[in-house]
Amino acid sequence: MPQDVKINENNSTQRSEQPLLEVRDLEVSFGDGPVLHGVNFTLKRGERVAIVGQSGSGKSTTVGAILGLLPGNGRVSAGSMTLDGQDLGAASEQQLRQIRGHRIGLVPQDPMSNLNPVMKVGAQIADALAANGHHGRDNIRQRAVALMTEAGIPDAARRYNQFPHEFSGGMRQRVLIAISLAGEPDLLIADEPTSALDVTVQRQILDHLQTLVDARGTSLLFITHDLGLAADRTDRIIVMADGRIVEVGTPEEILFRPQQDYTRQLVAAAPSLLATVSGTETVALEAVEPVAGTDTILEVRGLVKEFSLRSQGGTFRAVDNVSFSVARGTTTAVVGESGSGKTTVARIILGLEQATSGEALIDGKSITSSTGQVRRALRRKVQPVFQDPYGSLDPTYSIERLIDEPLRVFKVGDAASRRARVALLLDQVALPRNVAQRRPNELSGGQRQRVAIARALALEPEMLICDEAVSALDVLVQDQILDLLAELQDGLGLSYLFITHDLAVVRQIAHQVVVMKSGMVVEDGSVEKVFMAPEADYTKELLGAIPGAAFAR
Amino acid sequence: MATTELRPRTEVDADKGAGLGSGRGRLWRSLRGNKLGMTGGVLLAIVVLLAVFAPLIAPYGPAEVHFATPFQKPGTVGFLLGTDDLGRDIFSRMLFGMRASLEVGALCVLLSVVVGAPLGLLAGYWKWLDAIISRLTDVTLAFPFLIIAVGLAAISGPSLQNAAIALGIAHIPTMIRVVRGETLRIKESDFVLGAKTMDASGLRIVFTHVLPNAASAIIVQATVIMPVAVIGEALLSFLGLGIQPPTPSLGIMLSDAQQYMFRSPTAAIIPGLGIAAICLAFNLFGDALRDAFDPTASSRK
Repeated sequence: MPQDVKINENNSTQRSEQPLLEVRDLEVSFGDGPVLHGVNFTLKRGERVAIVGQSGSGKSTTVGAILGLLPGNGRVSAGSMTLDGQDLGAASEQQLRQIRGHRIGLVPQDPMSNLNPVMKVGAQIADALAANGHHGRDNIRQRAVALMTEAGIPDAARRYNQFPHEFSGGMRQRVLIAISLAGEPDLLIADEPTSALDVTVQRQILDHLQTLVDARGTSLLFITHDLGLAADRTDRIIVMADGRIVEVGTPEEILFRPQQDYTRQLVAAAPSLLATVSGTETVALEAVEPVAGTDTILEVRGLVKEFSLRSQGGTFRAVDNVSFSVARGTTTAVVGESGSGKTTVARIILGLEQATSGEALIDGKSITSSTGQVRRALRRKVQPVFQDPYGSLDPTYSIERLIDEPLRVFKVGDAASRRARVALLLDQVALPRNVAQRRPNELSGGQRQRVAIARALALEPEMLICDEAVSALDVLVQDQILDLLAELQDGLGLSYLFITHDLAVVRQIAHQVVVMKSGMVVEDGSVEKVFMAPEADYTKELLGAIPGAAFAR
Repeated sequence: MATTELRPRTEVDADKGAGLGSGRGRLWRSLRGNKLGMTGGVLLAIVVLLAVFAPLIAPYGPAEVHFATPFQKPGTVGFLLGTDDLGRDIFSRMLFGMRASLEVGALCVLLSVVVGAPLGLLAGYWKWLDAIISRLTDVTLAFPFLIIAVGLAAISGPSLQNAAIALGIAHIPTMIRVVRGETLRIKESDFVLGAKTMDASGLRIVFTHVLPNAASAIIVQATVIMPVAVIGEALLSFLGLGIQPPTPSLGIMLSDAQQYMFRSPTAAIIPGLGIAAICLAFNLFGDALRDAFDPTASSRK
C-alpha cells in the first residue's frame, strides 16, 4: 500500500491512533524457500514489545527485514511493513538510509565487535550525529557528550577521546545505545542487547535503556531468547518459532496462561523463571539430596593462582585463597561473573593450569602436586564438558572416534570392546547409535553437547567438570541437557562441578553453591540457603538481577 | 544411515558458522560449484596426463634431430607444433619438458612439506622450539634461493634433483610459517584442551588433532608453491643451473629459442604458454581448494 506520506512530517493528529509499525503477512525467503511465514504484528507509539524465540526462530530475520538489511540473498517475498504510514518494502535504498538511524535506531547484540577499534568512541557517536544532519564541530561534540552522559557514561567529556578497548563491555553497550539514540528515533530495536554481558551489568543497562525509552516516548522492539527478560521489560510478548508467530500476549498471559504447547514448553524450560519459583520445585530438589554427605570427592584448599602482568611487571591474582569441597554424588555450582576466576579454578582442577599455591584433592589425592602415573589415574576420575560444543569436538573426527578417543589414549580394551562401549555411551546420552559414523558438523548444538558428555563418560569418571556446559544452547535444549545430566547423576552416582554465570541454571541443578567475585569466594552453602537467605551483598545483587523475578509466584 | 531424526545441517550451521573442517561431500560440492576452479582442475588433469604419458603420446624422441627440417611452422605435416633450430619436434619436447617441470615442482613441494610441516607443527606447539626454528627460517630466508642453487650446482653439478632441492629449501620457510600459524590457532581450541585433560601426550595431540586440522592449509600452500617451483625450474634451467641439455625442459626450450627469437618466435612462445598454463591451472585449482576448505567462504559468495 504505497502512500504518499512525507518522512519527516510528524503530524500530531495522525500520531495518536495509527500504529507506529505495522507488519502484515511478512514472508522472507533465502534462496528457494521462505524462512518467515506470514508474520503479523503492530507496535504502538511508546509501546514496548518483545520478540522471543530460539536461534533459528526468525526473530533476527524479522528485524533484518524491517531495517532493509537482510543478509546475503534474503529478500522480502510477500507482505508489507509500514512505519508511520510509509511502506518500508517500497522504500528506495536512499529513503531506507534516512529511516535507519533517523526513525529507527538499532542497539546491536555484540558490543565487542560493533565498535570500530581504531576510532575514538566520541568520534563514532559524532559520526552518527553528522549522518543525522547535525552540523558544526563544536555543536556535534557537545551533543555527543550529552548523549554519552544520557546513556549513563560517567565523565563523558574525558571519555569522549578514549578508544573502545578502554571501555568495559557494559560501557561499550552504553556507547552503542548513545549511537542508536543519535537520530532521535521513534522506534528503537534492541537485538539481544545484553546477552554478551554479565547479569548485574545487564540489569543496569536495561534499567537505563528503559528510563531513556520512557522519557523520550520511544517505542521499543526487544529481541531476546530469554523469556524472563522479555517479561520484565516489555508490555507485550510475541513468541516466535520456525519463522511463525506462535503466540502473542501480555507477560502475564504468556507466563501464566499460555495457550500453545510450544509456549508452555518454553515457559517450563525458562530457567530464570524456575529459579524464582519457590515451593514445589525446592522440595523436589531436596529429595535428591545425597545420602552420604560426608564422602568427599573433591576438595579445594587455599587455592591461589597468580598471573604475571607483562606490561606492568606485577602480578594479578586471578584466584585468591579459594576453598570448597564437593560431596560424592552431588552437584556443586561455582557462580560468578566474567573475571571472577571460576574458569581458572576449573582449569586447575583439570590439571590444565598450575596453581601458585594451595591444592586440589581428588579422592584425597592431590592433582596439583602429583606427577606421572598418579596424576594420570587422577585425571581419569575427572573429565571436562566444555561450553562450546562447536569448538570442543575435533571437526575432522567421526563421532565414534571422538567418543572412544579417551579409551584409546588410556589404552582401554580392544577395537571390538571399544565399539561396544561407544554404542552403550550413545544410548546413555540418548543419541541414536547410527550417529557414530557421522561428523560433528552434521549434528545440532544439543546433539554435539550430548556427544561431548558421552566422551567425558567414556572412562567412567567419578566427576564431571562442566564449564558453562549449557550456556551456549537454546533454552529448550538446555533444559534437555540439564535433565540428562540429572539422570546420569542418579544412574551413575556422578558428581558435578558446574561452572556457570547463570544463577537460574544453578537453582535447577545444584545442591551446593559457591559464589565467586574477583577471585575470592564471597559465599557458599546449600542452594536453599544461598537463594532464600543470601548473606553477602554481592549474592543479593546477583539474585536480584535474575530476569523474571517480578513474576515469581 | 541417511534417515534419522537428526536436524538438517543447514539449520545447525546457520547460527554458529559450523566447525573448522568439512565433510568430503561438501568439499566436492563446493569444488563442483566453482567454475573457475573446475577449469583449473580440468587444465591440471590434462597437463598431468600429457606429462605422465609423454613417451606414449610423443611422435618423436625429445632429442631426436631432423637437420633437414629446422624452423618449421606449427601445423607442418608431421610436426604438430613445428620444429626448432635443430629440427627437433616442439610438441614432443613440450611433453617431456612439462614432465620435467612437474617433476621438479612435485619434488620441491614434497621437500617443503616433509621438512616444513613437521617443523611448523613443532614450532607452533612448543614455545621453546619456536624460538630456535623461527631463527633458522629467518636465516634461510636471508639467502636468495639463486645463491643456494648456484652453490648446489657448484658442489654436485647442475641437475634436476639439485634444482628441486634448491627450490625446496627456498620454500620450506613459508611452509613452516603457514603450519606454525595454523598450529597456534588449533592449539587454543577446546578439543585440544579436552585431549590434555585425558593426559594425551603432546606428540599425540600434534599428530592426531593438530595435523588433520592443519591439512587443508598445507594442501592449499602446496598448490601455491607448485607453480612458483615450475617457474623456478624454468629460470634455473634457462640459466644452465638446472636440467642439462639435451634433456628438454620448458626453461631450456626458452633458452634455446631465444637466439632465434625473430626467425622462429613459436619455438619460444609455445614453452612460455606451457609455463603459463601450468601456473594458471595450479592457481585456479588452489584458490578453489582454499574456498572449499574454508566454511565461511561459501556463504560469502
